[in-house]
Amino acid sequence: MKDVAIIAYQQSDCVRDAGAQNEVELIMPVVGAVMKQAGFENVQQIDFTCSGSCDYQQGAAFAFVLGVDSLGAVPPIKESHVEMDGAWALYESWLKIQMGEAETALIYGFGKSSPGEISNVLALQLDPYYLAPLKVDSISLAAMQARSLLEAGEITESDMAEVVVNSRANAKTNPHAQLKGDHSVDQLLAEPTTVAPLRKHDCCPVSDGAAAMIICTVEKAKELGLPYAVIKGIDHRIETHQVTLRDLKRSPSVEIAAEKAGVHSGPVDVAEIYAPFSHQEIIVKRALGLDDNVDINPSGGVLAGHLFMAAGLARIGEVAQRIIKGDYKRGVAHATSGPCLQQNMVVVLEGSE
Amino acid sequence: MSSNQTSASEVLSQPFNLGFTYTRSTGPVVGRFLTELRNGKIVGSKGSDGRVLVPAVEYDPVTAEALTEIVEVEDVGEVVNWCWVSEPTEHHPLDKPFAWGMVKLKGADTPMLHAIDTNGDESAMSTGMSVRARWIDQAQGNIHDIVCFEPGDSSSGKVPSCDAEGPMEIMDAPIYLDYNFTAGESTTRFLKQIRKGKLVGQKCPECSNVYIPARGTCAACGVATQEEVECDDVATVESFTIVAIPIPGNPIQPPYIVANLVADGANISFIHLLSECKNEDVHIGMRVKAVWKPEEEWDYAMDNIRYWKPLDAAEGK
Repeated sequence: MKDVAIIAYQQSDCVRDAGAQNEVELIMPVVGAVMKQAGFENVQQIDFTCSGSCDYQQGAAFAFVLGVDSLGAVPPIKESHVEMDGAWALYESWLKIQMGEAETALIYGFGKSSPGEISNVLALQLDPYYLAPLKVDSISLAAMQARSLLEAGEITESDMAEVVVNSRANAKTNPHAQLKGDHSVDQLLAEPTTVAPLRKHDCCPVSDGAAAMIICTVEKAKELGLPYAVIKGIDHRIETHQVTLRDLKRSPSVEIAAEKAGVHSGPVDVAEIYAPFSHQEIIVKRALGLDDNVDINPSGGVLAGHLFMAAGLARIGEVAQRIIKGDYKRGVAHATSGPCLQQNMVVVLEGSE
Repeated sequence: MSSNQTSASEVLSQPFNLGFTYTRSTGPVVGRFLTELRNGKIVGSKGSDGRVLVPAVEYDPVTAEALTEIVEVEDVGEVVNWCWVSEPTEHHPLDKPFAWGMVKLKGADTPMLHAIDTNGDESAMSTGMSVRARWIDQAQGNIHDIVCFEPGDSSSGKVPSCDAEGPMEIMDAPIYLDYNFTAGESTTRFLKQIRKGKLVGQKCPECSNVYIPARGTCAACGVATQEEVECDDVATVESFTIVAIPIPGNPIQPPYIVANLVADGANISFIHLLSECKNEDVHIGMRVKAVWKPEEEWDYAMDNIRYWKPLDAAEGK
């Protein structure tokens, strides 16, 4: 597999309600920013463009097509879309580069969750015969996953609160984070449960926003003379659609993806984990086989701001940025989709030679 | 549309309900499960490893082998996992606080997920407790035939009545979702002008094309449109079609004319209706003028213009 370079990344602020801004107005600033970082004048100079979003989020059919209006796609460009997080748009773009069909790719993910009820929208991703008609919301499913860990004695409520404490503390240095600050485990555990055993702070906030990235071959990055981080490995795996048939306490899909992506072929300094619920960070950290020396979610992760449909791409961007800056040498980024961590992507990133 | 004031900027927003009245074919396995529900029975599938998977599933979750052997289980079982919904929403099956639970029925090796009613009492819930299905009076052949589970270690023995006969081959699976749609900054500016009876387009700073209605960007250049350009309510027909068949949900009776119109002063067409003309006389390049609704009916909407009619009165005869 060819190494692929990440040369530009930008995300918007995570805000609870972007108000009057529509999707195009959310996308334009981040796409403009990565184009500028990479020194491209327009999208015509880029070989392939791929986006990730979900039309049900804002309730407008084919809303993703309007997203293309933010690019300047005249004359027509090679463009694709996944009805998934932007991390999967990155995967499709990575494949294009592997196949030699593109040297450069623009990726963006965007979402405006504020117009709808995201927890109920997510009930629609369940099996359409047995669960979707019951409208089993995403928070309730995560709550059952948390209980299975708690009652098996694999985690405590303090462990969950500690994840939140670290997230909010790390987010203090992230200008795009929505929730940040100093809290204590005791203070958080004094809060009431909302969907027991989850408390409100165990759940990611609802956020509007977008993220964009430009990747290219390593040769192209050198030609452009830009600093970059390298994708050394990438893999994604999926578990059965039926949540009741899974052991929710562990994540076999993360375990396999981690192995295939080569997480353990070198030391890991940093990991950005896409865990919309506090206990899921613990599941994924264990499945990735990371020890306590690894910095987890220096950005604060999605508990500090959840750009639904861009949050996975943002995890990859957060690790890449820190590696480019020289904070870390080798890192892991994780993206998830589906109920209770049903499918997972693992990306291994390193600095340039 | 209603205008809601926010601190950041004025937002035009409107609640709307999105509905998809889907029906789904059930197939032999799911269909069998739903058919048995009408009889007050719950069935599962025997998996590749011999486990009984409930509800019945078409494919083995591990080997992906097609599963065909159906096994009946009891409607009584044990709660193996649960959460407590203290504030039910209108979407939930119960309107007082309740549990979602994973219930392993007697005879099954995997749990099924459903609501559990303990009359709003969280302390009545525990992992390992016994529950039984509460059946609906009149079965429809869907998952709601089980209203919920309730504490109890023996079956209620109730069998729902059912008017339908034959296997469940099709089930209704409607989706309704509530949204509060916001127009976007650029579109808001356009709509506020049309509220006043003015067609105000927005000009691309790069290619100078003027867009009506404005959507936030020049799609060709990928840049934001800011400069406003007031256009006449006179336009040229760029293309058109005559609709002869009724479109579901559209109140307009066919035949009628839908046209791509370019307003004077704009470059990009929009779609609107043409009327007060003979269908056979409509042609590309025809000049048309807006017929506005009475001013007191104007709203933040493109249909403040009722339709467009020929500018040259001679063409309207």
